[in-house]
Amino acid sequence: MFSVFRDLIRYNLEFAIGMVLVTIVVVFAALSFISPVDPTLIYMSMPDQPPSAEYWFGTNSRGQDLFWQLSAAFRNSLIFGITVAVLSRIISIAVGLASGYIGGWVDRVLMFINDIFVAVPIFPILVLFYFVLRNNMDSFTLALIMACFGWPFDARLIRSVAVGLKHREFTRHAVFSGMSTRKVLLEEHLPYVMPIVFATFMNNMLWSIGLEVTLAVLGFTNLNNPTIGTVLYWANSHSAMVVGVWWWIVIPVVLIVMTFLGLFLLAVSMNEYIDPRSRLRRMGA
Amino acid sequence: MQGYLWFVSKRLLQLLAVIFCGISATFLVTHLSPIDPVEQVLGRLSGRSNLPPEAIEATRVALTEMYGTNEPILQQYINFWLRLVRGDLGPSLLAFPTPAMELVGRAMPWTLGLLTTSTLITFIVGNLMGALAGYNPDNKFLKAFGLISMGIQPVPYYVVAFILLIIFGYFLPILPINGGFAMDVRPGFSWPFISSVLQHSILPATSLVLVGFGGWFLGMRALVSNVVNDDYVTYAELAGVKRETIVGGYVIRNAMVPQLTALAMALGGVFSGTIITEQVFNYPGIGSLLVDAVNWGDYSLVLAVSTVSITAVAGAIFIVDLIHPLLDPRVRAE
Repeated sequence: MFSVFRDLIRYNLEFAIGMVLVTIVVVFAALSFISPVDPTLIYMSMPDQPPSAEYWFGTNSRGQDLFWQLSAAFRNSLIFGITVAVLSRIISIAVGLASGYIGGWVDRVLMFINDIFVAVPIFPILVLFYFVLRNNMDSFTLALIMACFGWPFDARLIRSVAVGLKHREFTRHAVFSGMSTRKVLLEEHLPYVMPIVFATFMNNMLWSIGLEVTLAVLGFTNLNNPTIGTVLYWANSHSAMVVGVWWWIVIPVVLIVMTFLGLFLLAVSMNEYIDPRSRLRRMGA
Repeated sequence: MQGYLWFVSKRLLQLLAVIFCGISATFLVTHLSPIDPVEQVLGRLSGRSNLPPEAIEATRVALTEMYGTNEPILQQYINFWLRLVRGDLGPSLLAFPTPAMELVGRAMPWTLGLLTTSTLITFIVGNLMGALAGYNPDNKFLKAFGLISMGIQPVPYYVVAFILLIIFGYFLPILPINGGFAMDVRPGFSWPFISSVLQHSILPATSLVLVGFGGWFLGMRALVSNVVNDDYVTYAELAGVKRETIVGGYVIRNAMVPQLTALAMALGGVFSGTIITEQVFNYPGIGSLLVDAVNWGDYSLVLAVSTVSITAVAGAIFIVDLIHPLLDPRVRAE
């Protein structure tokens, strides 16, 4: 695993840049653990102060120190993205491996359900949940709902790999030596799909964080919980751009672009690494 | 042909299943929640005294009838479907007593126009440029293009729309940033109205194109650069087939298959992007309607928008899937 990592850093500029960007954002988000202020409280400092030595990112119209506010917001959003990604990965690995290996009617039923989930647009459903639950909708509930819709595409990918693995020599050896189906899937096949799982993990994080931003900007999440989306929502509702509090919009936007670009580059370079043809081309073989 | 018909009927069954499950999910979400929709709506209404009492009463009757809160849940479910088939989801609160479905019908053309245009532009142009970039990996201009799309592609819809809004709202006020058409023209089939609609659609469409473009470009570039070294391309080059024919006839056609699948997958995401874009530019489509409906607590309208959009997205995916076997001989053989 470590040698793969070293190769990627050395031969793949995209991966290196992505790694740097994500590391910066993660460190920034981790700072919120030592935050001197509670990010959920308002009017704790002078409102509308521009960035200065005292307030690195300035303060917003709600009297919050933006540096700590954003730090907490990014922590919550990253944790949210990771939660969705982990939950949906579990579903997609289970469905993909089982569907590909067992085949037959199990495969058909699973893929039928899979196609249904692909075609149901998640956004109206999420809005509906918010409409019914209002502020009882905490971020874990939201993550759970998103995870239920975030697995089908990747399950298909994993299935296509699993179908190929099924006919390989070592699978037959394992079966003939009396391994149970569950063991074959978990011990023999899982390592092969791990790279795909990692690449789709990043993509899934992007998708879920983006969706959360979308919902929050429209005001369709619990607005008292600081996330990337809710910071933008409050900046919007105070017309930050119009009244000249530009740092309230510009700094979060810059950080969001960094986060998304970083995760995206990681996903792309992992995808490339999985495909040996492009890896060889890159290493100049 | 026989096989294709079989394929279509299987897909059709799937489409119906999707619509059925999606709409049932909306029904379930609204009914399994601990909150009583009728009381919630009426509670929100009584806070707004600008509605006449008969409107509140009619709403109460309509809602109680619609959700049949006193009937068993199965009966409610059957009633819901019966009403839905008639296209009746009760009156909306936003524009009482206009039926919710009528409001959706009025907003639909705006969203459809915006979505169809921007999706077609992004898909066609993105794939063409991507194919060229994959076929000519050393072209400086296309390389720069790839870097730019890589930078824009992961940025959320909202941010791109907002940056456009800032640029054209504050620094370069040359394009309208608000509404579907100017206030001073009368809607109708006349040149001032049409040109106004077109002008107002430029920015929202641009933001959708900017965000969507990169994905198609990068995806196609990766696909084509893998195909370029295949034997049949080398053979065609050696046989002296024109480059345009190779790219257009062989390479794009083969790489198009996974891209079409991706298009079907992306349609749902495009829809949620439209909602944001409409909200930012105050465009009179489905997205703005949904946001208003949620903020007003307009139950019938939220249900109407959800059911219509689920049906529309599923239908669009179905149509894309029908094109699929026409391009891919492997699927056709099945």
